Amino acid sequence: MAAFAEIVLGGLFHAAVLFLVAAGLQLVFGVQKIVNLACGAFYALGAYVGASAAKWAIGVGLPTPLVLVVVLLAGLACAVIGPPLERVLRTVYDRDESFQLLLTFAFLLMFQDLFRIGWGANPQTTGSLFLSFGTLDLGLFKTPAYNVFVIAVAITVAAGLGWFLQRTNFGRLLRATAENRAMAEAVGVNARAMFSVVFTLGVALGTVGGALVVPASAASLDMAAELVVEAFAVVVIGGLGSISGALAGAVIVGLVRAAAIVFYAEAELLAIYAIVIAVLILRPAGLFGKEAV
Amino acid sequence: MPAPSTTEAARRNRNLCAIGGGVLLVAVLALLPGVASPYTLTMILPVFAYAIALLGLNLLFGTSGLLSFGHALFLAIGAYAAAVMTGHWGVKSLELVLLGGIAAAVVVAIPVGFLSVRYTRIFFGMLTLSFGMLFHSFLIKFYNVTGGDTGMSVKRVRLLGLDLSHLSRVEFQTGPLYYYALVLVIAATLLMWRIVQSPFGLHLRAQRDNARKAEYLGVRVHAFRLAAFVLSAAYGAVAGVLLAVRSGNADPELAYWTHSGELVFMTVLGGFASFVGPLVGAFAFIFLRDWLMGMTEFWRLAMGGILVLVVIFVPRGLAGLAADATTRLRNQFDLRSRR
Repeated sequence: MAAFAEIVLGGLFHAAVLFLVAAGLQLVFGVQKIVNLACGAFYALGAYVGASAAKWAIGVGLPTPLVLVVVLLAGLACAVIGPPLERVLRTVYDRDESFQLLLTFAFLLMFQDLFRIGWGANPQTTGSLFLSFGTLDLGLFKTPAYNVFVIAVAITVAAGLGWFLQRTNFGRLLRATAENRAMAEAVGVNARAMFSVVFTLGVALGTVGGALVVPASAASLDMAAELVVEAFAVVVIGGLGSISGALAGAVIVGLVRAAAIVFYAEAELLAIYAIVIAVLILRPAGLFGKEAV
Repeated sequence: MPAPSTTEAARRNRNLCAIGGGVLLVAVLALLPGVASPYTLTMILPVFAYAIALLGLNLLFGTSGLLSFGHALFLAIGAYAAAVMTGHWGVKSLELVLLGGIAAAVVVAIPVGFLSVRYTRIFFGMLTLSFGMLFHSFLIKFYNVTGGDTGMSVKRVRLLGLDLSHLSRVEFQTGPLYYYALVLVIAATLLMWRIVQSPFGLHLRAQRDNARKAEYLGVRVHAFRLAAFVLSAAYGAVAGVLLAVRSGNADPELAYWTHSGELVFMTVLGGFASFVGPLVGAFAFIFLRDWLMGMTEFWRLAMGGILVLVVIFVPRGLAGLAADATTRLRNQFDLRSRR
């Protein structure tokens, strides 16, 4: 029982981070119809900046909860790269989507070297920050308190995103633009400004995800390209462009991965892809997607 | 006898130019071992390999309109087929290894293609990426079978039955293997030219431009896409075998998705809309990367920057630039001769 709960909580922790990044991917795809390969780079950027911010905050002697706030704010602050990157992407909005994909791939390549320049080749950690949160005793079993915190943040973000998209005026305009850009522009939506905001929001989701993961692991050069693969699995399972799909997909991928690591570590990614392929055969548009093109 | 129409004459002219240029290029490449340094020659071998891979990739991308972000899968299959055949099975002949690599790629490409070609555009790209990473994960995790992240070694092969084990590594690569690969590139190029010009190629272009219309006209869209997918996989496997025989190693990173991204990068750099674009792209990419690697540790940043510039300002690639330049020259020439 305790082992089972550990798998579930470990899986949910991973799912929480995956959801944040995949939600950014989905948001950008839903509105701008661009699959953003650079989402992995944003995630890594958040992790690197988060690690540095944590080191600084621990260095000046802030108490642990405040360190966490600093890390989160640092991840959020990384979103400033959103508008200039969106400006570059804007040059290819009218082109074939292969060019859009390649441009985001170029961003990923460039970011990998920028990390190398900024932080060197060695992984960056936050030292003992993770341990200083201690463990939560939940009766039957114990779990790192930090994991529970991250899951809570992801749930908050998911709820906030849902409220933002469904209930606010801007969210309605955003969904209208995603549905039919020409029509939305005809009734006065400024699609250009909308794209800039959406892309920046997508970046922020990725960088916050990275900042959240770094206390539990480390920021490394491989993490950008590796995460893209998992985020893709999430959006294919959930259905491209759907935020609820990202949530469902992230939970499935997170749990499967956690279970595979315990029972048969070799099959970690293989199990995820088995599900991806099964979903594509049985429900090509994904669990929450509209019909595939 | 009536004079041929101007367009026909122009086409004949252009074809003559293309054939002349091709023959000249082959002559230069054939004479190169006499003048170029061994280093340059060992750099050209991957150019040959990638040229073959990109010809195949562009049958999907340029001709059929399907952008694969997992094509590196087939290069890796070729490379690992070479490793298994030369290492475990004791096969010595490169011809057999090539056939084995192609067979393995075809066997994998049929189910993968069957699932993938139902999609187009971004979905096709994501699905092919997934399959590529599936294989990469297998290579990394099943250490006992595949050697994990160190890969598998590839033994020296015989070319056309000739035992060349007395040659040093560099002598082997800059001599016999160089010419062998050159002949392979020529054969692959001619075959692909024939494929693209055939009714089959026309079917592929028709479904690319308007799949539904093509289907109404009787094109079996999925079947043709699948055939293109399998053909491109076979080309990829040949390239993988060549790369592995050259480096003496089959590396799991060959299957990683960023390698697929590099293949697309090369194709766009050369110009995917042009038949020779991929060949130009392979050459430009390999030498550009080598030059940047010599200059700076941060060559990926520079390559990424170049990719950004190419995508934004030169979407038709180097072949597109060259075509524009020749058109401009020809127009100027025509104006002058008319005066």
